[in-house]
Amino acid sequence: MAKPTGFMEFKRETPTRRPVPQRVHDWLEVYEDFPVDHLKAQAARCMDCGIPFCHQGCPLGNIIPDWNDLVYRDKWRDAIDRLHATNNFPEFTGRLCPAPCEAACVLGINNDPVTIKQVELTIVEHAFESNWILPEPAAKKTGKTVAVIGSGPAGLAVAQQLARAGHGVTVFERDSRIGGLLRYGIPDFKMEKKYIDRRIAQMEAEGVIFKANVNIGRDIDARELLAQFDAICLTGGATHPRNLEVPGRELDGVHFAMDYLPMQNKRNAGDEIPSESFISAKGKRVIILGGGDTGADCLGTALRQGATEVLQYEILPKPPENRAPENPWPTYPALYRVSSAHEEGGTREYSVMTKSLSGENGKLTHLNAVHVEFVDEGGRQVMREVAGSEFSEDVQLLLLAMGFLGPEKYGMIEQLGVELTERGNVMADENKMTSIPGVFTAGDMTRGQSLIVWAIAEGRAAARGIDQYLMGETLLPLN
Amino acid sequence: MGHPHLPPAQGLYRPEQEHDSCGVGFVVHLKGERSHRLVDDGLSALEHLNHRGASGSEPNTGDGAGILIQLPHEFFRHECAQLGIRLLEAGSYGAGLFFASRDPRAQAQAQALFTALVEEEGQHLLGWRTVPTNNASLGQTALDAEPAVFQVFVGRGAGVATDDDFERKLYIIRKRFEKSIDRWGIPNADWFYFSSLSCRTFVYKGMLTAMQLREYFPDLSNPLLVSALAMFHSRFSTNTFPSWELAHPYRMVAHNGEINTLRGNRNWMAAREALFASPQFEDIHKILPIIDEKGSDTASLDQALELLVLAGRPLAHAMMMLIPEAWQGHESMSPEKKAFYEYHSCLMEPWDGPASVAFTDGKNIGAVLDRNGLRPSRYYVTSDDMVIMASEVGVLPVAPEKIVHKGRLQPGKMFLVSIEEGRIIDDAELKSKLATERPYAEWLNRNLLPIDEIPEVEAPLAPDPDTLLKRQIAFGYSIEDLKYILGPMAKNSEESLGSMGTDTPLAVLSTRPQPLYNYFKQLFAQVTNPPLDAIREELVTSVKTVIGPEGNLLDPEPESCHLVSLDIPFIDNEQLAKFKSLKDHALQATVIPMLFPANAGPAGLGPAMQAVFEAADEAIANGAKILILSDRGIDADNAPIPSLLAVAGLHNHLVREKKRTQMGLVVETGDAREVHHFALLIGYGAGAINPYLALDSLAQVQVDGYIEGDIAVDELQAHYLKAIKKGVVKVMSKMGISTIHSYRGAQIFEAIGLAEPFIDTYFTKTVSRIGGIGIDEIAIEALSHHSRAFPARDGGLHELQWGGQYQWRRDGEFHLFNPDTVFKLQHATRTGQYRIFREYTQLVDDQAERMCTLRGLFEFKPDRSPIPIEEVQSAESLFTRFATGAMSFGSISAEAHETLAIAMNRIGGKSNTGEGGEDRRRFTPDANGDLRRSAIKQVASGRFGVTSEYLVNADELQIKMAQGAKPGEGGQLMGSKVWPWIAEVRHTTAGVSLISPPPHHDIYSIEDLAQLIHDLKNSNPLARISVKLVAEVGVGTVAAGVAKAKSDVVLISGHDGGTGASPLTSLKHAGAPWELGLAETQQTLVLNKLRDRIVVQVDGQMKTGRDVVVGALLGAEEFGFATAPLVVMGCVMMRVCHLDTCPVGIATQNPALREKFAGRAEHIVNFFRFIAEEVRGYMAQLGFRNLDEMIGRSDLLDTRRAVNHWKAQGLDLSAILYRPEMDASVATRRVNAQDHGLDRALDNELIEACAKALETGERVSLELPIRNENRTVGTMLGSTLTRKHGVNGLPDDTISIKFSGSAGQSFGAFLPSGITLRLEGDSNDYIGKGLSGGKLIVYPPANSTFRPEDNIIVGNVALYGATSGAAFFRGIAGERFMVRNSGAVGVVEGTGDHGCEYMTGGRAVIIGPTGRNFGAGMSGGIAYVFDEDGTFPSRCNLEMVGLEALDEHEDLDLVQGLLKRHIEYTGSTVATHILQGWPELATKFVKVMPREYRRVLNEARAKTDSREAATARG
Repeated sequence: MAKPTGFMEFKRETPTRRPVPQRVHDWLEVYEDFPVDHLKAQAARCMDCGIPFCHQGCPLGNIIPDWNDLVYRDKWRDAIDRLHATNNFPEFTGRLCPAPCEAACVLGINNDPVTIKQVELTIVEHAFESNWILPEPAAKKTGKTVAVIGSGPAGLAVAQQLARAGHGVTVFERDSRIGGLLRYGIPDFKMEKKYIDRRIAQMEAEGVIFKANVNIGRDIDARELLAQFDAICLTGGATHPRNLEVPGRELDGVHFAMDYLPMQNKRNAGDEIPSESFISAKGKRVIILGGGDTGADCLGTALRQGATEVLQYEILPKPPENRAPENPWPTYPALYRVSSAHEEGGTREYSVMTKSLSGENGKLTHLNAVHVEFVDEGGRQVMREVAGSEFSEDVQLLLLAMGFLGPEKYGMIEQLGVELTERGNVMADENKMTSIPGVFTAGDMTRGQSLIVWAIAEGRAAARGIDQYLMGETLLPLN
Repeated sequence: MGHPHLPPAQGLYRPEQEHDSCGVGFVVHLKGERSHRLVDDGLSALEHLNHRGASGSEPNTGDGAGILIQLPHEFFRHECAQLGIRLLEAGSYGAGLFFASRDPRAQAQAQALFTALVEEEGQHLLGWRTVPTNNASLGQTALDAEPAVFQVFVGRGAGVATDDDFERKLYIIRKRFEKSIDRWGIPNADWFYFSSLSCRTFVYKGMLTAMQLREYFPDLSNPLLVSALAMFHSRFSTNTFPSWELAHPYRMVAHNGEINTLRGNRNWMAAREALFASPQFEDIHKILPIIDEKGSDTASLDQALELLVLAGRPLAHAMMMLIPEAWQGHESMSPEKKAFYEYHSCLMEPWDGPASVAFTDGKNIGAVLDRNGLRPSRYYVTSDDMVIMASEVGVLPVAPEKIVHKGRLQPGKMFLVSIEEGRIIDDAELKSKLATERPYAEWLNRNLLPIDEIPEVEAPLAPDPDTLLKRQIAFGYSIEDLKYILGPMAKNSEESLGSMGTDTPLAVLSTRPQPLYNYFKQLFAQVTNPPLDAIREELVTSVKTVIGPEGNLLDPEPESCHLVSLDIPFIDNEQLAKFKSLKDHALQATVIPMLFPANAGPAGLGPAMQAVFEAADEAIANGAKILILSDRGIDADNAPIPSLLAVAGLHNHLVREKKRTQMGLVVETGDAREVHHFALLIGYGAGAINPYLALDSLAQVQVDGYIEGDIAVDELQAHYLKAIKKGVVKVMSKMGISTIHSYRGAQIFEAIGLAEPFIDTYFTKTVSRIGGIGIDEIAIEALSHHSRAFPARDGGLHELQWGGQYQWRRDGEFHLFNPDTVFKLQHATRTGQYRIFREYTQLVDDQAERMCTLRGLFEFKPDRSPIPIEEVQSAESLFTRFATGAMSFGSISAEAHETLAIAMNRIGGKSNTGEGGEDRRRFTPDANGDLRRSAIKQVASGRFGVTSEYLVNADELQIKMAQGAKPGEGGQLMGSKVWPWIAEVRHTTAGVSLISPPPHHDIYSIEDLAQLIHDLKNSNPLARISVKLVAEVGVGTVAAGVAKAKSDVVLISGHDGGTGASPLTSLKHAGAPWELGLAETQQTLVLNKLRDRIVVQVDGQMKTGRDVVVGALLGAEEFGFATAPLVVMGCVMMRVCHLDTCPVGIATQNPALREKFAGRAEHIVNFFRFIAEEVRGYMAQLGFRNLDEMIGRSDLLDTRRAVNHWKAQGLDLSAILYRPEMDASVATRRVNAQDHGLDRALDNELIEACAKALETGERVSLELPIRNENRTVGTMLGSTLTRKHGVNGLPDDTISIKFSGSAGQSFGAFLPSGITLRLEGDSNDYIGKGLSGGKLIVYPPANSTFRPEDNIIVGNVALYGATSGAAFFRGIAGERFMVRNSGAVGVVEGTGDHGCEYMTGGRAVIIGPTGRNFGAGMSGGIAYVFDEDGTFPSRCNLEMVGLEALDEHEDLDLVQGLLKRHIEYTGSTVATHILQGWPELATKFVKVMPREYRRVLNEARAKTDSREAATARG
């Protein structure tokens, strides 16, 4: 360990966000650059623990103490190798991950945790700048072919791992660009899309074939694919959104977040979208249902589009500022967080349940809601409406960001007839193979809605399973 | 022949683990005057050593006693005449004492066999005499094994010219008889045994106590029985299994000590036999093998000595070969003597170990002491030509005026009484005569080839960075190897430290491929012999080796030393190239590839090993003298054979073929990288090792940043090899072995998880008790690395794996404490949720998938129905069985230490001080009723803060013989960590480093342990005494010895526990799991019928209720927890305890970090309540109401039937679950108390006589005689005083007692302020041990005729661990005077070696010569040495001390004052002389000043000065 006393000498420091008045007028990322010498001090805070809980906290098993140490000692080249050893796409996770690693950091027991995420991001960006991240095509081809359906982080991870093992990989994407949720679900102010393009270019050079605008299950029968390829992997995500089942849902002006967010990204990317079909918050009073990250993404987007006012409602109570006793270190804490979007405007309210929507001429005008409380009933938390707390709000645009219920069941899932779990996800064994031999799955499609790190971890595990299936042995790492 | 009455190997018990130790001595008449009185004196002396022997479960069954005398011709002639046997003059016949089966038919057959052999050898049998015996007082065990005893008389044959020839004939007859008796099919063959058969000497011995010998053999009382010498011995065996023949003396020796390198010595002797040829012994082949495998270490030594002597070497010469003194690095030894030793080192390796050996051939009698001086040997010479030598003084009453000289045997020295010459030949004369008999130096010059003198050759190519990674992967390197092993060693020339023990699986239970090395555990010395201090006492260690073919041991020539000599056996590439270049026919080298075909799969390894054997045989046949095993040739097709397998396999193959001594073995390997690896390679026979891949890796390790700074590559390599050397020396010294030469091939390891057939073939005679994997699995593990290095496909990570041995990683080795278990344990105990605790224990216990421990493999197999949990004993009643581990105040913070104590006191369990003393403020309860006092007070080798007050404030006194993390090693607390509050309780100076020696300097053997137990019991009769051992093979036998030494408790620690900082080698590779140690202990104690009197406690990674229940079923009554309570208090296994950066405030003294401590006593209480609840749950399930009923019920355990793991399949745990078949009356748990014999102590008298003083402080004076049997005199009196009057005791001299005679051991131990003991006479070892303010004065009787300053007056290790008080000795002290003194003052007129070792405080004034290595490890206090001839600096160890002149006023005043008192108390003439010459003679004093102490004093002075200056200004 480079600096045994680093944690006693340095304080936690994170990059600053650009000024709100400036950033709400563009779609660029909100964070400013973080000076490298400051970053080294941050890395020196790592205690190189006997049990690195961060490494356990990370679904990918990122070997955080190692690269913290390497960064402290200016070994950037080695650091990116260690980082890539467990994570194909640190530039995505370094921007987007909620960092369960930092929640698990041992320093966090009685101090501020190490800024792990920032270290990760800096390592990978420094490596790209230094031109160290080059294609790693396999020296020998196996002659086996694999189809990956869905180009989100899970699909990309599967594809890259398998291509490097020498397999012929084709990635199918029903949208017009590669990237899935990364491309369309994440607003540009959180991650600019050039980073995806940069990675796709590397993968193409490694031999991955990308086929956009092909909807397996509609354009091509999934069973046909099964005949053409030696194995296929389903990485279509958990794209079936939770609906708001209240009177008035059909009114014009009510949209799912995932119908709303992609449009802005596409427009930013230069796609032509007719303005009549473009959902915009400009000049509108907007309500977002759902207090999670997608809700915050909607908030930031709506503010940039020029919404007059944005309200965000969450049905659960406001989380605490500090860890609750039943939520101790190193578990991921449910805390009241202020994301960059929250800094930019909008109002959050908790314990709000929507009862109905009303409108005029088929257009949404009001949301009618009530406050709720949670009471203990025989050990169970039960939700009750607070009598007399009903209220109504003007609204022109209502965005539903209440989570996802699992994969879409029609199309390829139907065609292949893979077994599903009770929750409606695609069932997989420990090698990520579905009930159909040769058909594998990874990411939200099998796991349900989750974090990007989990998607990559799942993709890597599926790649190992597929390689093992195709070759009878595998050298691919487990995670 | 075997030992008829030792139980056969059963369960985990192995008869070869027997140890013994004892009292030994002789009396001899210088002029050879034979008398019965002398025999009588010998017997009396023996009787006065009775306390050094032992008895077992029955007090009247001794471990053995015996006496060797000159052949009592007059007596025999008289007796035989009555039997019609005609004995002519002495020398015309030989006689022997013969033990026989009690079956007359067998007797007749054996006698017939013997008669036939006698005739065959051309001698004639004169007859048999039935020896009268009186077994009236023998215990049942001895009676059951009692043989019929005969004397046999053999007449000298016609052609036998000399007595020596006749001795050889008798030897051949005896050996042939021993070899034939089994083959003849005589019933009870193993009952037959010759104690001796000689024309010169005769041995009477048996399974007797010293007191019984005379009575048992009425012969011994016959006035006709005369001799000019008598050598006697009283045995203390760790076991009490009946054995008549294991009593000493053997045919030539009686031995107090232990040969640690026995396995190797036996193997080498066996291998040498092929070349035996001697003009004296044409028929030697008839009696091979020379060494009987079943004998004890002493029996083997005796056999080797007999051979060397009968082959024509003088007795002393042969002893010098077997037990050479430390000659390398001896500054003042003559070149001739060094050449003698060096030449003989080419012939054979030393028999290494602590030893005081008395030896005789009937014409000469002498004694030799091992190089470390680890046994006491004192002698008197009297004016009537008697020499009395014994382990103690005072064994015979001698009028003071008749004593001409009182001496002691010094380390490595020998003395010989030549009856023929009628005088004592001292060491110098004796050795110088032998050393100059032949031109050894010239022979060496001509023949011995130091490696530096081999011409330089082109070294192998520089490391190839392109293939480095590939090769590292192929040999299984991990990142941890670079970070924790190679990096620190190359940077600091030292192995790095780790903390918090180890919680990874045993190699055989790991799912990850393990290097073969990891299946072996290092053995270490505990109790029966001491570990050595290779660092502070470096002068006795040697790493020098010779490599090449040995000659004929029996008839050596000048060319016998034509070998390559190496300063250290770990060689760089250049040195290896030199070996490879050897072409000369006498030293021709051949390289043998150590590879096997990868594509053959696992099945390829066995044949490849066979190929190695064949290649070696062929090479030897073709004249190769040096074989170089090499795995340099690995590639995609060839995988490396694990070098340990190749080396051990080949070594044992060549031993079997008796070719091993004809060649030297050099290894060129990529797999050896850590200390443990090198220790194993040497231990299994390698002569030199070139770790080329480790060396090649160092440059890269530096580039990778694991070595900070910019150090040249060759320097890194030199550092690394040095670190390996230091590490291996430490591993050897843990076992008490001083030389690599004798460590080579000594096989001092235990295998865990290797199958018996595999062991038999490749690791012959290594203990492997639970079976395990074989060669196929070994091959699979080797191939798994190879296939990663040479992958057939893309996609894998071409990088090193993490490893995970030292730090947890998800893809690394499994750890029992991991993120899940740490979290759940903390969460459960903090919030008091038993449900979460159960989740935690489930994670720990459920190891079916990832097996980690042996106990994980057990299932419960109830023999009765479950009972309701309400019927089970309460949780509270279980609490008394729980203890927390020994963690010193110093290693952990006051907050953490006291939290543990409070919690344990609340529940009625016991916390443990650890070895750092305890703040007296903790002895009284807090206002809220909490008590912060630790119930268990530890007594460790450093004796920090061990005062009379500390001792009386204990409920239990625990002697730490070894600790799980680093058995056999001492510790060091860096000065930076000795904060003022730490220094205070340790009685030392803040800022000055503290070092704990590896051994307790008052425990070099089992009888010493018995003595310390006795001392501690005297120091606090209310406390129970506990001895802490670490599991290893043989620990059960040691535990039996501990029980016989009268400990109340024995604690068996697992290898994996331990919280303190420790070198990684010890942390990982020393010791065994507690399951093995505990089961062996239980089995051995029960077999010995000793289990009834001792509580067995177990600890080591205890984490759950299930662990407790398994422990109870395997035989433990009590249970210790250390790591888990630390985790409860907030420990997150940072494993940085040694860095003082513990972020949760536990293992740190840093106030800023201590503030972060968040542990609470309630959490600990929760933990123990949960554990107890869980235990109760299991008890209910198993149907037991009381835990006592479950102790030792290993039949309720079963090994998992479905062991699916590919490696664990071969395990056989039945030995762990074995229960010896014993009578129902034999207790399997503690039901009786030990008899400590305190009621017989002299102190009872003293306490009574001093009652007034104790009550009211009134002055009391007494006068009493004293003898060596009066041990630990003054201690119980002192304890009574301290209990009444606390730390300050009473005013000086309140109690004043004068003794006359020879005081027993530990005179005045822990004596507190207010008591003065005067001794007119002399004292044995350990006088003033732990002196706590009292005063000791020893001087010779007024009518003595010798010069006191030339004679020894007090024994070894005087004032060990003294903390305050004063001592004045008029005469010389033995070795290790004032070792670990931290506050007492002492005046003495000369000392032995290692004086003032490890001293941290106090003052020593030495007005006479000192031995060597003075002031080693001394970090505080001051010694003033009167150095009249100016030679002292050469004998002082200057590593830590500086020498100054005596020029400061305070020094002059202090020395002068002490000398005045010395004169006043003792009448010293030397002191008078010095004071008369004062102050001129003051300039002859050297002030020995520890440098660190000087620095701290200067700093303090500067501070005071500046403060004073500031005050002045103000």
